[in-house]
Amino acid sequence: MSTQHKSDTMADYVAMRRICKTFNRDSLNEIRLFQNFNLEIPKGQFVAVIGSNGSGKTTILNILCGSVPIDSGSVSVNGKEISRLPEHQHSEFIGRVFQDPSKGTCPQLTILENMALADNKGTRFGLHFGINRKRIPYYRSQLELLKLGLEDKLNLPVSSLSGGQRQALALLISTMTPIDLLILDEHTAALDPRSSENVMELTQRIVGEKKLTVLMVTHNLKYAIRYGDRLIMMHRGGIVLDAAGEEKVALQTKDLTEKFNEISLEDGN
Amino acid sequence: MDILLGLLVNVLQEGFIYGIMAIGVYITYKVLDFPDLSVDSTFPLGSCIAAVLITAGVDPWLSCLAAFGCGAIAGCVTGLLHVKLKITDLLSGILVMTGLLSVNLVILDGKAVMPFYNKDTIFNSGFFGTVAGNLSADFRVLVIVAGTCILVKLLLDVYLKTKSGLLLRAAGDNAQYVISLGKNPGTMKIIGLAIGNGCTALAGCILSQQTETANVASGKGMVVMALASVIIGTSLLRKAKFIKATTAVIIGSILYKACLTIAMQLGMPTNYLNFLMAVILTVVLVFNKVFAGRGKNSNVNPTQI
Repeated sequence: MSTQHKSDTMADYVAMRRICKTFNRDSLNEIRLFQNFNLEIPKGQFVAVIGSNGSGKTTILNILCGSVPIDSGSVSVNGKEISRLPEHQHSEFIGRVFQDPSKGTCPQLTILENMALADNKGTRFGLHFGINRKRIPYYRSQLELLKLGLEDKLNLPVSSLSGGQRQALALLISTMTPIDLLILDEHTAALDPRSSENVMELTQRIVGEKKLTVLMVTHNLKYAIRYGDRLIMMHRGGIVLDAAGEEKVALQTKDLTEKFNEISLEDGN
Repeated sequence: MDILLGLLVNVLQEGFIYGIMAIGVYITYKVLDFPDLSVDSTFPLGSCIAAVLITAGVDPWLSCLAAFGCGAIAGCVTGLLHVKLKITDLLSGILVMTGLLSVNLVILDGKAVMPFYNKDTIFNSGFFGTVAGNLSADFRVLVIVAGTCILVKLLLDVYLKTKSGLLLRAAGDNAQYVISLGKNPGTMKIIGLAIGNGCTALAGCILSQQTETANVASGKGMVVMALASVIIGTSLLRKAKFIKATTAVIIGSILYKACLTIAMQLGMPTNYLNFLMAVILTVVLVFNKVFAGRGKNSNVNPTQI
């Protein structure tokens, strides 16, 4: 956005520094997840994050989105310190697609109403008419990109769409206005294999077209290898594998499974 | 025949007056998914304000606006308790409802009932009172309450189409979506509660002008009555896509009043009125559940299957 030119050369476009986070402090099930955790993402990088349950990958997303407060440390995106902002202010420059397809759209509103709301993101929501008729051709052209035939169903409530269609729509909606960072929270996990392939293809295309910086958490090792420029494996609040560029290209599912097994042995499973 | 006509006019009058409240409760209960109990006290709040202002000689329509404003403030308090102080929705409503009982008594200067006979009301004075002056008293009241109710409905219909209105609907549907748009869903809840309680107080204000009395106890059972109207209207007319929900709610309110009147005419003692109101709502809720269960769009979270 306005400060974008400054950050073009920054290697720490998204930066989490010295993050400490403890859950259930002072109780029997206290979990010290992060102790001085650091993560830096340069502008335009597509990062895939994998890891076992409880490794902290979802917490990273929640911290970036402001839905989980940190104990100490700093979080900045595009030069802005954001760790003390309320959750809804994070959304002004961070887009998020959830695992649950019903979270990214309003089921009772129509596709058109959902898109009109998203189109007005960042403006005041006053007493002007919510739907601007002149924008409808633009919405249709955006929906055509999904190749799901949704452009002819503008006045249908989103609740009548399938999970895959909704997730594709959510992806489109979250990237409609300019954002600094796109967060994908296992966004294909609740879909059937075919829909999840479609949604991943679409993700790749939108990210490429809009040159977005992306952080994607996934359980699917295949996707983690196939998509993105960098792969991070998390374990117990730390990064155990961080591969970018050539190193990432050389990675195979087998390598990741082996690494996973090592970790599991450590845990005594 | 005259008796029947009289009853019909009576049902329509009350149906439209309580319809204004039902529209307000539609906003909180259906659009925002917020069970708001403060309605039980904002209704008499509107009556009390009407009584005091009209006795003091204030223009009756201005009194209506004042009642709406005071109801809206009460709604804001409910919203602030819930959003800022994190008190549950039901409890915030109960707190405001209880607190307002005293406020209403203070407004009426300690009296439980305050008549204001022979004062200017919206039914006998001003432009509309004169225009409709040729009609008999009952029809005049009907025309004015129907007009007001429809005006409120149209204003709300327009509001729900604005950006703010869309955001309000989104807040009730999926609060996370509002957060994703960089807005605070709590603010929208407060706005919705203000509108809902404003409409309720307006209904109270108009009813008291019709009866020319304000009664602090007139709010008893209002939540149940409004909910019944909303649910009867929206579930009966669910299939009729061309009827807006706000219209359906007014129809629901009229049907509900008709049910009560029929029961009374069949000789049911007045003492059972509140009991009957509760029974009707129960029956409607059960039926609604039975029919909704067959609907194809019941929302199931796909991650939980």
